Amino acid sequence: MTALRRYPVLLALVIGALFMVLPFLIVTLNAVKSPAEYSANGPLSLPEGVYLDGLKDFWERVDFGQKLVNSVIISGSVALGAVVLSVLNAYAIGIGRIKGRTWVLAFFVLANMLPQEALVYPVYYLSKEAGLYDTRLSVIIVFTVIQAAFGTYLLASVLGQFPREIIEAARIDGANKWQVLWRIVVPVSRPTIGVLLVFFFIWTWNEFLLPLVMLISNDNQTVSVALGVLQGQRLMDATMTNAAALLGVLPAIVFFLVFQRTLTRGIAVGAVK
Amino acid sequence: MTFTVDERGGRRSAVVEARHHAKNARGDRPPRDSYALFLLPGALAFLVIVVVPFLMNTGVSFTEWQGVGSPKWTGLANYRELMDDAEFWASFRHSLFMVVAMAVVPTVLGLVLAAALFDFVGKHFGSRTAAVLRACFYLPQVLPIAVAGIVWSWILAPENGSLNELLKAVGLGSLQQDWLGDPDLALYSVMGVMVWVQLGFPLVIFMAGLQRVDPQLYEAAELDGAGWWRRFWHVTLPQIRPEIYVVLLWCTIAALKVFGAVYVLTKGGPGGATDVPSYFSFTTFFEKTQVGYGAAISTVLTVIVLLLAVVGLKLQTRAEDAEQGVVR
Repeated sequence: MTALRRYPVLLALVIGALFMVLPFLIVTLNAVKSPAEYSANGPLSLPEGVYLDGLKDFWERVDFGQKLVNSVIISGSVALGAVVLSVLNAYAIGIGRIKGRTWVLAFFVLANMLPQEALVYPVYYLSKEAGLYDTRLSVIIVFTVIQAAFGTYLLASVLGQFPREIIEAARIDGANKWQVLWRIVVPVSRPTIGVLLVFFFIWTWNEFLLPLVMLISNDNQTVSVALGVLQGQRLMDATMTNAAALLGVLPAIVFFLVFQRTLTRGIAVGAVK
Repeated sequence: MTFTVDERGGRRSAVVEARHHAKNARGDRPPRDSYALFLLPGALAFLVIVVVPFLMNTGVSFTEWQGVGSPKWTGLANYRELMDDAEFWASFRHSLFMVVAMAVVPTVLGLVLAAALFDFVGKHFGSRTAAVLRACFYLPQVLPIAVAGIVWSWILAPENGSLNELLKAVGLGSLQQDWLGDPDLALYSVMGVMVWVQLGFPLVIFMAGLQRVDPQLYEAAELDGAGWWRRFWHVTLPQIRPEIYVVLLWCTIAALKVFGAVYVLTKGGPGGATDVPSYFSFTTFFEKTQVGYGAAISTVLTVIVLLLAVVGLKLQTRAEDAEQGVVR
């Protein structure tokens, strides 16, 4: 293929890619503009200087630090808890090959696909009854279970192909099932487990419906919920909107840069199944 | 007590298994149920967090209930009411639009883009260029949907919105619109945003899938004089059919469940123009506090999603079996 024909295709792809990242760029540009500058020059002008007061005001107004802490606590606990639960389930299904495992697996897959709308009111009601309403713990418990459904599905299929000779050898050497799980199966499956940790963390970070319903007080809200609620109330001016958007975008970009390899590898693992 | 029995059973099972292994090279018949204990925490947690609430929701859908006091059994009354509820039908009609925006369009675009990046950019400009472009397309996928909503509702704002300003700047000022506030346009605007959000997912899955396609297939096709489109049609598409199934299934289910984007972008408005079942059930639960009716809406949604999931998974396994059959 000649260069003449090659470059237009590349150009089209680059323009497409630019279009995808353009919103991120516009948001960043406007988050560092002063309100006066914004109203004078509109959203498309380049900023004249870097104005950080908008970001600072927004951070203080919504107590963004607290929201970050909440999101990290909730997503981190869910990621760890859901991985442990997934490992236990997948060990029984993939390696233990318990009776009726196909049905058990089908159950977990369907539980993962279930719309959260079909759980939200009872969960809201039961958490009120249990005195857990508007606590971070309630959201942690619910998402640990929901994410573990996916983890079980993925990990069970990976463990189904685990080399059985290794397990048999360890068992003959006298290791019990518990030891085999933690000393052999978990270390060998570390790549998949890492993928699951990253996915669970990011998915929980981004969850909206259940945290919106369950976390009503300002002190417990996650980043996603706090920003979504503010936007829903339409209380923000343009500078503040952009400050909010930028602060919401930044953690996602950080995850993306840090975990890009894990993410794409994980998607590859998931896609094969 | 249980533990020692379990352990002894386990140790014996290793021996049995080893003997079995020697006798019968496949050796996949350990005494199975001793592993069931490992499933216990997961099973209990699922019972409490998923199964019980799900059954409660289904039960409540046959009642009239305000969320306080005791529910009043009304049988199928909620479902009968749904049949005549124009808002309900509208919300499901909008779901079909969401399936187009979140499943059909991203799959088609994702296929073309994945093939172009893998087979063309990767070959002629290096895999690094392809990876950077892929990352750009994937980026919206890591964004919380609430944040994506904030970004886009500001870009699409009627006054001072970036899109309108951009149109003005390039001399197309006459095309300026109230993108999210015009009932005739709002649904299409939301659809556009969802394509942007969703595109990266199929793209990345398809690119991963393409990596296991035998390059010789492409070479053979190229030697036979097949152009890019013919290779795409006769090599790429058939080879990544399993991935296409998975993506279509997952994205369709995600489209039926879409909530956050609608909440943040339009709150179902203007005038219900972008209402979807999940948002409809949410407002029925928590704003109108008609819990029974909301439960009926979410039960219908659940039935549709689960039917789709079961049929989809069946089709997928059948397709995979058929393919493996051919290979063997």
